[in-house]
Amino acid sequence: MEIPYNVKSRPDTGLYNAKLGIWLFLASEVMLFGGLFTSYVVLRVNASAENWPHGLLNIPIGTFNTFVLIASSVTVVLGWAALKMNNFARYRKFQAITILCALGFLSIKSIEYSDKFTHYEIWFKDGHRQTGHIHQDGKKAWFWNTKTLAGAPAVKDAKGNVVKPASPPIAEFEFSPDATHYSDAAKHTKGEPAAAEHKESAHASGEHAAVKVKTADIKRLSAFVPAHSTYFAIYFTLTALHGLHVLIGAVVIAYIWGPGAKLWKTNPEQYVNRIEVSGLFWHFVDLVWIFLFPILYLL
Amino acid sequence: MTDSHGHDGHDGHDVQAAVRKYLFVFGALLVGTLLTVGMYYVHIPSVVITIIVALFIASIKASLVACYFMHLIDERKMIYSLLLATAFFFASMMVLLIWAMFDPPSLTLLPAYQGK
Repeated sequence: MEIPYNVKSRPDTGLYNAKLGIWLFLASEVMLFGGLFTSYVVLRVNASAENWPHGLLNIPIGTFNTFVLIASSVTVVLGWAALKMNNFARYRKFQAITILCALGFLSIKSIEYSDKFTHYEIWFKDGHRQTGHIHQDGKKAWFWNTKTLAGAPAVKDAKGNVVKPASPPIAEFEFSPDATHYSDAAKHTKGEPAAAEHKESAHASGEHAAVKVKTADIKRLSAFVPAHSTYFAIYFTLTALHGLHVLIGAVVIAYIWGPGAKLWKTNPEQYVNRIEVSGLFWHFVDLVWIFLFPILYLL
Repeated sequence: MTDSHGHDGHDGHDVQAAVRKYLFVFGALLVGTLLTVGMYYVHIPSVVITIIVALFIASIKASLVACYFMHLIDERKMIYSLLLATAFFFASMMVLLIWAMFDPPSLTLLPAYQGK
């Protein structure tokens, strides 16, 4: 069966069908991200300054990732323009850069994520709070929380086989506190975000020597995971949803670039349309990041 | 409607002009990003001004991407009407949710029903 109007414009809309389709889809995406952006505004406005841990993200890395994504958007349009001029080899080169940029973006994002999963905040019983890193047997501890310190009995399946061995309670652990806490900046009105921002990147200079922390002195322990605060909840929701879009966009572009390129020989016009439609999606993903970057990293 | 629409029928010359435009937009996006980040390091004392300036730059960057990379500057009426509807619903959603934030039950309930 032939799908109508996948090359020729439909007389009533003036568009080939896939283009109207992608714009309808993007309209629904605007609502999806719009709802989450609005949630961000509501959470941000209602959070007290000392409980809004901004300044913990690494700005140079975030800026670099912004450049990577912008560059990938440019190579998409340049690749599309090359195809319009019948230069298939040139299109392939540009679109290969797009795919590499997408993978680069995701790799950098996952490094940022793992930095968060190994970075902690402790609420002490005496009221003060510290951020820093926990080391166990010389290695960084991942995903610890208050429950980790309490230990857990072994998990057994129905037959009595041990699925997960028991973890003993931890009475004391090694903690390398950061030089400053993010709420310090909030205390001095707008304060020194520059000082706060060093925390993540300054493992060498901004971190005090390791100390022993007693579990008995702790009210709460959390890594910078969604459960830490509303800030990290919305940060991970927005960036993970955006990352998923980057991943799906990269897969689609890679398919059209690789196995799907046969279409160029049989129906070049339809092939160019595919590039345009996947490109529209890709630019949308870039556009979302243009707003995500300042609100999550800078504001 | 005939198929004489701008970028559906580019010849080589048009495409080359478009490429120059894309590269110019690329430069503008890079400058916009640097400005936003630079502003963070300069520390504008007012939080409100910081937010307004940052969102203003982001909006300009987003418009550049939408107008030139997504070709909205020269698009069919159908897509404009679709996006107009989207903008309306997006704005409504945002306004209603933010409005709800300033309209808690405590402001609308009779004193006898408040608290407890």
